[in-house]
Amino acid sequence: MDFQIAAILAVDGIASGAIYVLIALGTVLIFSVTRVMFVPFGDIAAYAALTLAMLQMGRLPGTVLLVIVLAAIALVMELIHLWRRGALRSTPRALFFYAVLPCLPAAAAWLLQGVTLPLGWQMLLALALVIPIAPLLDRIAFQPLADASVLVLLIVAVAVHFAISGLALLFFGPEGFRTEPISREVFEFGGVIISAQTMLMVIAALAFSGLLYLYFEKTIAGKALRATAINRIGARLVGIRPQRTGTVAYLLASVLGGVSGLLIGPVATLYYDSGFLIGLKSFVGAVVGGLMSYPLTALGALAVGILESFASFWSSTLKETIVFSALIPILIWRSLVSVHHEEEEEDIA
Amino acid sequence: MSPAALSRLAPILLALLVAVLPLVASPFTVTLMNYIGIGAIVALGLVLMTGFGGLTSFGQAAFVGIGAYATAWTSAVMGYPPLLGLALALVVSGAVALLLGAITLRLGGHFLPLSTIAWGIAIYFLFPNIPGLGAHDGISGIPPISIAGVSFAASWAIYYLIFLLLAGAMWAVANLLDSREGRAIRSLRGGATMIASLGVDLFRMRLTIFLIAALLAGLAGWLYAHMLRFISPSPFDIRPSIEYLLMAMAGGAASVYGAIVGAAIVVFLKNWIQDVLPYLSKNATQLEIVAFAVMLIILLQYARGGLLSLVQRFVPRAVPTPKAAETGLAKRTLPAAGETLLKVEGATKRFGGLVAVNGVSFEMRAGEILGLIGPNGAGKSTLFNLVTGALHMDGGTVAFMDRDITNTAQSGIARAGIARTFQHVKLRANMSLIDNVLLGAYPRTSSGFLKCLLRLDREEEAHATREGLDQLDLVGLGGKATELAGNLPLGNQRVLEIARALAADPVLIVLDEPAAGLRKAEKDALAAQLKAIQARGVSILLVEHDMDFVMGLVDRIVVLDFGSKLMEGTPEQVRASAAVQEAYLGGVA
Repeated sequence: MDFQIAAILAVDGIASGAIYVLIALGTVLIFSVTRVMFVPFGDIAAYAALTLAMLQMGRLPGTVLLVIVLAAIALVMELIHLWRRGALRSTPRALFFYAVLPCLPAAAAWLLQGVTLPLGWQMLLALALVIPIAPLLDRIAFQPLADASVLVLLIVAVAVHFAISGLALLFFGPEGFRTEPISREVFEFGGVIISAQTMLMVIAALAFSGLLYLYFEKTIAGKALRATAINRIGARLVGIRPQRTGTVAYLLASVLGGVSGLLIGPVATLYYDSGFLIGLKSFVGAVVGGLMSYPLTALGALAVGILESFASFWSSTLKETIVFSALIPILIWRSLVSVHHEEEEEDIA
Repeated sequence: MSPAALSRLAPILLALLVAVLPLVASPFTVTLMNYIGIGAIVALGLVLMTGFGGLTSFGQAAFVGIGAYATAWTSAVMGYPPLLGLALALVVSGAVALLLGAITLRLGGHFLPLSTIAWGIAIYFLFPNIPGLGAHDGISGIPPISIAGVSFAASWAIYYLIFLLLAGAMWAVANLLDSREGRAIRSLRGGATMIASLGVDLFRMRLTIFLIAALLAGLAGWLYAHMLRFISPSPFDIRPSIEYLLMAMAGGAASVYGAIVGAAIVVFLKNWIQDVLPYLSKNATQLEIVAFAVMLIILLQYARGGLLSLVQRFVPRAVPTPKAAETGLAKRTLPAAGETLLKVEGATKRFGGLVAVNGVSFEMRAGEILGLIGPNGAGKSTLFNLVTGALHMDGGTVAFMDRDITNTAQSGIARAGIARTFQHVKLRANMSLIDNVLLGAYPRTSSGFLKCLLRLDREEEAHATREGLDQLDLVGLGGKATELAGNLPLGNQRVLEIARALAADPVLIVLDEPAAGLRKAEKDALAAQLKAIQARGVSILLVEHDMDFVMGLVDRIVVLDFGSKLMEGTPEQVRASAAVQEAYLGGVA
């Protein structure tokens, strides 16, 4: 391997690392606030890319149906919940948040069928279609289990992944798609070619990391999220509703996931099940940060991208084995450095 | 019929049903049953590991794959007999389990299940990359199993082999759970401090159940390969791993029968979905996994304990009467009264900048009750944790019966003869009183896993049971041996914890605020019991807040204030001390 190849691999690795950074940050965000290891997060990214591909082909993406069905289930669950608590006067609110709001982008997609939108608008629509999925899944699958152990929540998250990736096969079919690139420009730096798309990925990762930092440090809403992450009961005592901060976390994370999906769409052919591996690799990065630290998570995710890029050079068939085997030493290191406070595990049975 | 008789009869009926089935059922049903049997063997390992031991594995299919590939390579590629394939399947899956376990089983919290996803995927991607294993096409032409001239090629023939092995595995796992090691496994969820205080080696325990589960999965892989006669990498992906986990959870991970019930639910449902979905949608196979996932979510939301837990709500709990021998376990000789028992010198503990315990020294003599008192934040509990090994000491030494036990592991201190109780009672609520007490006798008994699996531990078990029943009698809980510990009121739970400590035949018991939360009558009863324990030659060190309780009970008192020893003396001396009064009341009135 000479410098040239190493540089190409490194650029490649940084590009995919940037994607992993976005998804890993979202994973940490959701985990720290809700204790849910949201395994289907990579699927959200894949949905975003595939939805965009459908829009570009002038088809109505299955995401529309998914959002409507999820919204209907969530609405019914919420209404039953309100009825049981004798709080049916909140019905209009529930209708607005669980029926109107999530279905707005779906309605837009329906109405705009056959209209050729400019790329920017297509991307915005795809993103808007995908964003409600995770918060609705939270309401349907996770909120009824709010008292469950991290382990039970993890098993549910894995099940949710299988459900929505199975549906993705139904909606998008088994063939892979690539979306139109945002920019075809190419730059050359000392013999190393870097595409504008790659630079866009890195810029997006940096920008969103920065925005997330500002949100957590400078806004009350961000501080409420951090408070919930640190101590749920304490947060409730000062008037923060963990369920609401949970929804905010899912929304924010969905933006990160959706954007990352839109960014990889043009550079990699995505299939209905591509999200799982993307999610798991980002997850390796999140584990580096102990599912807590955002800067370490970003570094870890970047390292995964670079490791993967070099591993595929050494042995393309073994690259997955190499990346996932790397998780084990990381886990051991994390478990050594993290202060493990004694906690009785809940009996599953 | 009484519940006990029912629970004895149930396995026999089940066995009869399984034995007759191939004679009456269609060949297709027999094939389904074969899948159920193989799935149940894997799920049984998960019941042991996840349901009882609290270790979740998202990678069990990888071990099935290792077993299947090992035997396929041995028999189809190399042409050796399938029995040699079984040997290799078990050796390889066992070796991989030991290696992975050694690396990952020290991980805490959710890091452990996550690591299973990692190695599960890594191993799956490895199969097509190992030369000689047929890459993505897999290995075909695997011969059927034949043992001593009997061929198991026919579907009904391997059916009997599968269910015979399953029955044997269920018998062994049930034996294990009802034994010394089984009690330790069932306590693994109780937190590391409790387990270590009982003298149980947490890591060894985890590693062993991980190994057993992997061996069961390897065995299932062997059966799978010779049943299908063809294997490829895809059935050993992370998805089937989830299916096995689903089997264990759906049936009820708190019972060995849960494995077979869960496997039956999953296999039949899967088959039913495959039959029904084509009518609903042309994309049936795609919806199968969706339907499955939805069912798992609903199951976890409404019946976290699985199907069997729903059944058990309506069937009264079967309570087998434990068999006890005439005599208990051998007792150690206690040191003569008055000998130096415990010697703490210059004990120091810092938490960051805060010195919680600052050079505290005291001595304790055999046969006495020593009280450790002090105002809030004086460092009592920290000192307590230093003596019992729950915290690492920054300076000073602790000697017990002339042996240096400074910074010895908790389980080592427990084995040396120091038993403890907890400020917040740490009992296993879902285990009976006698099982909780017998946990205390763990270091005094020696039957290992093999003996427990094969039920060769009964004699020792009977002696231990006698010991446990005696201890329960002594603390006045003799009539409730088979009740669940979680049903006791707090006062009784504290006493039960003391009985558990005594079952270890300790030289010294250390009690962390035993009177906290007790009513007056309960406190008096507790004090009387502690006096009786002292009369039997056991020394007692107690940390306590309740002055009335301490003053009437102890022989000597050590007073702590701000992490340092304020004074040491008889209750009368302490009561008269101006320094103590100032520490408690902020000045002599």
